[in-house]
Amino acid sequence: MSEVRVAGVGLTPFGSHPERTGRDLFAEAALRAFEDAAVSRADVKELNYGNFMGALAEHQGHQAPLMAEAAGVRCPATRYESACASAGVAVREAVRTVAAGDADVVLAGGMERMTNLPTDEVTEGLAIAADDLFEVRAGVTFPGAYALMANAYFDAYGGSREDLAHIASKNHANAMPNEYAQYHREVSVAEAMDAPPVAEPLHLYDACPITDGASALVLVSEEYAAEHDLDAPVAVTGTGQGTDRMALGDREHLARTPAADDAADAAYADAGVEAADVDVAEVHDCFTIAEVLALESLGLFEPGEGISAAREGITTADGDLPVNLSGGLKAKGHPVGATGGSQIAELTRLLRGDHPNSDRVPDAEVGVAHNAGGTVASAVVHVLEVAE
Amino acid sequence: MSDADPADASPATDRDYAEWLDAFADGGGFALVCPDGHGSLPPRRVCAECGSTDLSREPLDEMGTVETYSVVHVPSPRFADDAPYATAVVDFGPTRLTGIVRDGGADGDAPAVEIGDAVAVDVGERVTDGERLVVFRPAGES
Ligand SMILES: [Zn+2]
Repeated sequence: MSEVRVAGVGLTPFGSHPERTGRDLFAEAALRAFEDAAVSRADVKELNYGNFMGALAEHQGHQAPLMAEAAGVRCPATRYESACASAGVAVREAVRTVAAGDADVVLAGGMERMTNLPTDEVTEGLAIAADDLFEVRAGVTFPGAYALMANAYFDAYGGSREDLAHIASKNHANAMPNEYAQYHREVSVAEAMDAPPVAEPLHLYDACPITDGASALVLVSEEYAAEHDLDAPVAVTGTGQGTDRMALGDREHLARTPAADDAADAAYADAGVEAADVDVAEVHDCFTIAEVLALESLGLFEPGEGISAAREGITTADGDLPVNLSGGLKAKGHPVGATGGSQIAELTRLLRGDHPNSDRVPDAEVGVAHNAGGTVASAVVHVLEVAE
Repeated sequence: MSDADPADASPATDRDYAEWLDAFADGGGFALVCPDGHGSLPPRRVCAECGSTDLSREPLDEMGTVETYSVVHVPSPRFADDAPYATAVVDFGPTRLTGIVRDGGADGDAPAVEIGDAVAVDVGERVTDGERLVVFRPAGES
């Protein structure tokens, strides 16, 4: 087994890029990752690429070879699709490949192109991550599914829309200095409370935006990093994945996400750490309630206690356990198939000390990334540690 | 189930699913249940919980209990003329069903529903395009 190091990370600015194709977005992220890594493209042995709705949004299937070209690599290239966890699973397979000694250098990441579709078609596109027969045909939208979970959570544990508004406000504040974030605008709790409803109890500021963007990571073995004298101080020490029943109605509990529990347990065991060791987290807050469910699945809060974490200042930038210092999906943006890679990129920057918010976690040594697909029928968790 | 509609973004048809909807429309709704009591919905060849292939059709009560709901204001195109509408996940014992709540609200508003409410299951039509779907009617409504 080799230790896996993050040699380089690259992102595009997240937001609306109406005059660019997906291949150009991924090319930009990969270019930045190679510059950051100082690794030769010729050494890349695999490309693991995440994308969810490229066939709908760009009329482009079979994207992996296209993205290998765009990145300037010639190696086995595969597209991974796991809804909003597409890049998470792509990165996970890259980590496993390097850890197993099958390759010394793997390029992983993802891309999503969304803003070229009208909002109703994006709503339709995202909805297909749910069960078509028993959810989508029954009127469940993507926000609607999380709204069902939010009301089930309130019923089981308490909490309110105002608790959720504190999460939105926190993540917008965190995105302010982030050069890659879609939004650089503070949102007050009152403003979030007053926004129009999308799927009650979720309102506009409970939801992540529609985003174009790409992420890329150059992952290398510890041996390769040493041999090439790379500056790669952050290691991916743990990876885990979980699966649940596809439809929310088939789950044991409507206000918990056991797939993420399983992913977290596996990732912590792989890394040899516990939830109590985590200093900083990037979690999948596609909706504010999703951040709550993530924190509880990661074992950072007991079930029923994650809801008040932002309001009580525990997960804010100056709290004991900052969550989504990047701005999260909520304010940094959520290019679906790129998100899992961007979380690792942001966590790497936070731990290396070159993120605009690194000064919020100057002593952080252990970070955790949580990436979820659909209503968390898929979940991927990674543990990152400062190795040197 | 209607024939494939070129305007429908999801033309996939499933015979077992269509039969299952027919059964609810005829007042004989059912779930597939394994010997351990795990319920599921067709098409299903293996119990997803325990792997049993011994699945039998068990009639479902007409009334279930709302476990959670949401009022959807931003619909997908196929529900454009239905919004705002309330979706609910309803417990029917061996299985839950997800559907739209119909009736029980003022005109133009989504029907009122709360967690714990008793609702009856039926098959209705999407306002937008007439496609069939699972609907719930609050107890006491005609
Ligand atoms: Zn069973």
